[in-house]
Order: sequence, then structure tokens, then C-alpha cells
Amino acid sequence: MTETPQRPLRVLAAMSGGVDSAVAAARAAEAGHDVTGVHLALSANPQSFRTGARGCCTLEDSRDARRAADVIGIPFYVWDLAERFREDVVDDFVAEYEAGRTPNPCLRCNEKIKFAALLDKALALGFDAVCTGHYAQVIRGADGARELHRASDMAKDQSYVLGVLDERQLAHALFPLGDTTTTKDEIRAEAERRGLAVAKKPDSHDICFIADGDTQGFLASRLGKAEGDIVDESGTKLGTHEGAYGYTIGQRKGLRIGTPAPDGKPRYVLDISPVNNTVTVGPVDALDVTALTAIKPRWCGTPPTGSGSYTAQLRAHGDETPVTAELADDALEITFTEPVRGVAPGQAVVLYDGTRVVGSATIATTRRASAVA
Amino acid sequence: MAYLDHAATTPMLPEAVEAMTAQLTAVGNASSLHGAGRRARRTVEEARETFAEALGARPSEVVYTSGGTEADNLAVKGLYWARRDADPRRTRVLASPVEHHAVLDVVHWLGEHEGATVEYLPVDTVGRVHPEALREAIARDPGNVALATVMWANNEIGTVQPVRELADVAAEFGVPLHADAVQAVGQLPVDFASSGLAAMTVSGHKIGGPYGIGALLLGREYTPVPVLHGGGQERQVRSGTLDTPAIAAFAEAARITTERQEWFAREIGGLRDDLIAAVRAAVSDAILGGAPPQGPPQAPASAPASGSASLLGRLPANAHFTFPGCEGDSLLLLLDAQGIECSTGSACTAGIAQPSHVLLATGTDPDLARGTLRFSLGHTSTTADVEAVAQAIGPAVERARTAGLS
Repeated sequence: MTETPQRPLRVLAAMSGGVDSAVAAARAAEAGHDVTGVHLALSANPQSFRTGARGCCTLEDSRDARRAADVIGIPFYVWDLAERFREDVVDDFVAEYEAGRTPNPCLRCNEKIKFAALLDKALALGFDAVCTGHYAQVIRGADGARELHRASDMAKDQSYVLGVLDERQLAHALFPLGDTTTTKDEIRAEAERRGLAVAKKPDSHDICFIADGDTQGFLASRLGKAEGDIVDESGTKLGTHEGAYGYTIGQRKGLRIGTPAPDGKPRYVLDISPVNNTVTVGPVDALDVTALTAIKPRWCGTPPTGSGSYTAQLRAHGDETPVTAELADDALEITFTEPVRGVAPGQAVVLYDGTRVVGSATIATTRRASAVA
Repeated sequence: MAYLDHAATTPMLPEAVEAMTAQLTAVGNASSLHGAGRRARRTVEEARETFAEALGARPSEVVYTSGGTEADNLAVKGLYWARRDADPRRTRVLASPVEHHAVLDVVHWLGEHEGATVEYLPVDTVGRVHPEALREAIARDPGNVALATVMWANNEIGTVQPVRELADVAAEFGVPLHADAVQAVGQLPVDFASSGLAAMTVSGHKIGGPYGIGALLLGREYTPVPVLHGGGQERQVRSGTLDTPAIAAFAEAARITTERQEWFAREIGGLRDDLIAAVRAAVSDAILGGAPPQGPPQAPASAPASGSASLLGRLPANAHFTFPGCEGDSLLLLLDAQGIECSTGSACTAGIAQPSHVLLATGTDPDLARGTLRFSLGHTSTTADVEAVAQAIGPAVERARTAGLS
């Protein structure tokens, strides 16, 4: 653990049924904390007449989480947060795509569910902290304030999806895997050693509420078909699509354009316009973004003043890139030292100062090296 | 540790443990003809006699099953099929809406897959079925009723049903009445012969016997279609090798709990009354679920008196509360952290809290129905258990209210 506690805490461990959160809960218990496990039931598939809100995939995950809790020797409960999750995460996800943006539901879940709905309830019930299996570190800074830092092992770092947490949320967060420098195999070995049956369970990835991984199908079922044009930078129609929401800026595959580009080079999605239901495609160079404006900033500590040099991360598994950033009228103006590609409105930009997370904001507009029609 | 979840399962009686362990090392299939078989059969049949005597039944009326759930399935499905086979018009099933899932899901399944028309009998605010309501339901078309099923006492809110009166009504029309008496045995005087029931379910582990054993007491004139087919044991109604050790222990448990029933109702009932008083003292707006512990049953003025008031009221070991503004799960967590083990109602396999169908049937507001706790006492309960609740419940409710109904 990144911070040796002075006294045992009452800890609520969020247990997804996966190996990371199980090992995190086990480490918290081993560190002497008074740990209670909780599995969040987030999907609501109406089943038989008596079961009501109960997800079928959740059922297996909840069983795995319960088994892990039993082995660790901690109480375990299932909390039904399906309604909050649907409102704050799933509906938001759909609405963002509908508006031509590319949301990150994991960030949203951390902000609104794990470190809001769950944390608030935990605190009300007398817990001191919520523990998760995220790879990130909370460190007490020189002034005593909590700082969020990247995990010791950059390859596993998940601080990006926690960039939305403010200092109060961080003060009640416990990430026992944050200082892990071992590989995932070694986490699995640790789970095995601890007798946790989830040791061999495959990693979860993608979006938890889209069980089959078919995001396009999910969006189509929620938003319906909406045929529109695929055009090039000059506005010439190249083909049709069945819903602009099905595209992400920077996307190359699945454009289904019959005619090749005049120069024979591959074409990429440059822009999505939900207003006229148009997808604009063009050459890869046109994707280069030099600057962006991001809104709704959230800060892990004091907001920065003036212009400053940072590194920025734009995707969950993306590299960091040097930027200058300035806060103006609650909007964050970010200028890239070198142009970057595949930046989509709706994504989060997380600013770092070294390994420390400074804050995050939602990308609203981007400026390209070459203007898009 | 204060274990207050005896309605879920109660510790085995030492005498039952002894009876069981004595049999575990003995060989012999009670259906075999040789010496080992004869020994096992003698044990089983002596146990059957003991068991039958304890519950006012004839030995031949005892059909051993794997537990309460199987006995409920056998009674409800088996009688439905047999009655429908005898007369294809008989497809109507009458059930109380406050049944345990082992009955409720069975009648629902019969409706979905076997062409049954399921009618839920009306209940009053304490979950009681009035005999007139049963009469009215049957009289609408007596010729098409396959069976009726109303539990002897409710597992969540403890309300006792007027079984004898209901059975009289059913008998007038020649309709078999089944009662799940899993919670009643040991807490109330239960006598199968004088109950007038066609079939009655009993479970081993709820009365100080082992898990995995139960019985259906079944009037000799009834031959339900089997749920389990095989070697033809138990009157050809329930096949499967008899579990001699469990049957021996079950009989001991039944003998002892029925012998001690009056003591139980007085002493454990007294502790339960103390617990109710303590909870009410700590939480002034706590609502006691089910029928009041003493005095005549609560019935709407329009409902006819159901008689046998001495048998009515609630289970002596049950205390069910609703705490407005609380999530039952939060209370459970807070009390569990202090070593108090109780439940929100009946267990839910996925662990997701749902408003209880029992409370909804009694007309409780669904939001209110989320804030329930069931304390159920048993033969090992002590004043220390009650004191632990008295100390913990006030602060727990206060804290759970802060956490609110998320």
C-alpha cells in the first residue's frame, strides 16, 4: 500500500468478481483493515416474475466475488445500483454517441458510481474508505493533501480512469494494487496462493454493460437506424452509413466506401456531425490535432493558475504527450507540442505533472493542423 | 454472537445428532431383504412411527423427502396432476400470495407449463387468508379446482393461518388442501389428523434435525403423481433409497420439539416479546409486521371471525419489523458487523434485495417494504441475544437512515 495507515480503517471493498479486486480486498484485509466486500449489481435484465432486477452475467460475477470474500473471510453483500448506473453511465454513454462524441463509461462510473453513489453510502454506513482493484497510487503530498499518482508499473497504470476524482474522493480511496510492480501473471499467482478461485478468470475488458462486445449493435438497438452520408473533405458524397453514432474519429476500418481515394491512400473518419447526420472522411494527415478545448474540468487538488507545461493522456491505454495548458473561464485550453492523432470530442484528457494526476476534463472541440471542411 | 435467524435454520438438537451419528456407520438399505436391510428398515419404521405420533399422523401417512422444498413440490404438482388426470376440468389452483417460494414458484410453473389457472387468495393486512375468501374462490366453480395450498404459518412475518377452518371449507367441496407447516412445527400445536389437511410439509433442519430431510404428511386417500420416479419407495409416491441416519435424527427432532412446544411458546415467546419491546423502545416508529403477539387476530371489520383464536396470532419465535427510511440490507450489514445475525426476510440467492412478495401482498408500500428485518428465535436463544439487539438496533437504524434508500 502506498500509505501505511496509522489505524485500521473500516473498508468497503468493491468486488467485481475479477482477480484484481479480489486481490485488492485480500491485501486490504491482510494489512489489518476491517474489510467488508460488496458487489455492485449494475445491469438490470428483468428475468422471472420473482427475481426482478437481476443480471444474468452479474449472477456469475457476483458468485465469484462472494466466493473470494468467503475465502478472504470477510462479510459480503450485493448492492443493487442498477438504476443509478443506467441513469448516470449507460444513458449518458448512449446520449454522448448520439451527439457524435466518444465517451469513456469507465471514467463516468468511477466518478458517479464507485466514488459517489457507493462511497456516499459507505461513508453514511460508517466506513472510512472504498477499496478497488485499480492500479494507481494515492500519496500524501508535502502539504498533507492527497495526490493521485500513476501506478508504480506504468504498463498497468489505470490513473487515467480515476482522473475524475477530487481530493475528497481520493481521501476515502484505497488502491492496494497501486504499488504493484509485478506482472499480471504474478497477481494471478498471488490470487492462487491466497486460494482465490478467480485466479484463472480471464481479464474483463471493453464495456461491462455490453456483454458481447458489440458496441455498434448495442447503439443500434438503442438509437435505431439513421441513414446518412459519408462525405470527403470537399463535401462529395462517397457512401452511406446507418447511423453516425457508429463511428469514432480516427476510425479506419468498416467505412465500406466503394471508391478508393484519388491518391490510393486509406481514409479515416475525420469528423462526425450529428446535426446533418454526416460522417466526413479523409487522409490520415488531416487527423493531426494541434490544440483542443476541454470542458467540465475536475481537479485532484488546487486548480492550476496561468499557463503550465504538463503531459496529457487522451485514452485509457494511450501514451502521454507533452502539452501546455491554461485554464480560462472554466475551460481548459490545451496546446500540443507535437500534433497528435485520433482525438475525439467526448474523450477525457487527463493532465499529469510527472506521475501526479493534476486533473481531467472532457474534450469539447479540437483544432486540426489542416482544417476540415 | 447473537444468532437470530432460526427460521432460516436452527442448530441440531444433541439427541438428533446422537441418533444420526449412531446410524452413519451402519450398513443396510431399508429396501433390502437381508439382515442389514432388515436392521435399517426397523430403524426407519420405528422412526416413522415416532415421527407420525409427534405430529398426529398415521405412520403410513409419512412420505419422506429430501426436504421442505421437495415435499411442497410433491404435494402441489403431484396432487394437481392426479386430480387433473381424474377429471380434466380440474385445472384451477388456489394459493395464498404469501406462500414460500417452494410453493409460489411451483404454482407459477404449473400455470406456465401445465395449463393451470392460478388464483391467489386475498389476504388481510397481516397476510391472513380468511375461510370465507377460500369458500368464495372455490364456490365460483367447485368442479374445476385441483387443489388449494395455504401455509400453516408465514416464514417472514409469522402470521398463523386458520388452517382447520380453511380445511373444513375445502372439505365441504371435496378439494384437497395442502399446508406448508415448515415454520409451524415445534412452535404451534400441529396435529395432522385434526387439521383436516390433505397434505402437510415438514422440514428437518428447521426443527433441530438434519439438513436434506423432510416429509410430506399425506392422507391415505391421496395418491399424487410422483415427481421422482424410481424404485417405488414411500407408497410409490417418492422413489429413492431411504436416508436411514437422517430419518432417525428427524424423528428424534420431531419428538423433542413437539414435546417441548408449550415450553417453547412460553419461554422463547417471552424472549421474543422482550425483543419486540426492546426494538420499539429504541426505534419508536418501527412497525411490527404480521399479527400482534397476543390477543385476537387483527381482521378487517368486514371479515368474518375465523374462530380458534387460540391457534391464531403469530409464531412465538418471530419478530418482523419495518424501519421506515432504511434499507434492510444496510441494517443487516450494520448488525452483522456487531455479531447479530438476522435476515431481511427470506434469503435471496443472488443477494439482491427485492421488496418481499409477502409484504407487497399485505398492501405494504414497496419503498417501506425495503426496510425490513426478521429476527427469528429458537431453542438456543438467550436474554443476551435480546440485549445485544436492544443495544445495537437504535444506532444501526439511525445510521441506515443516513445512508437512505439508495
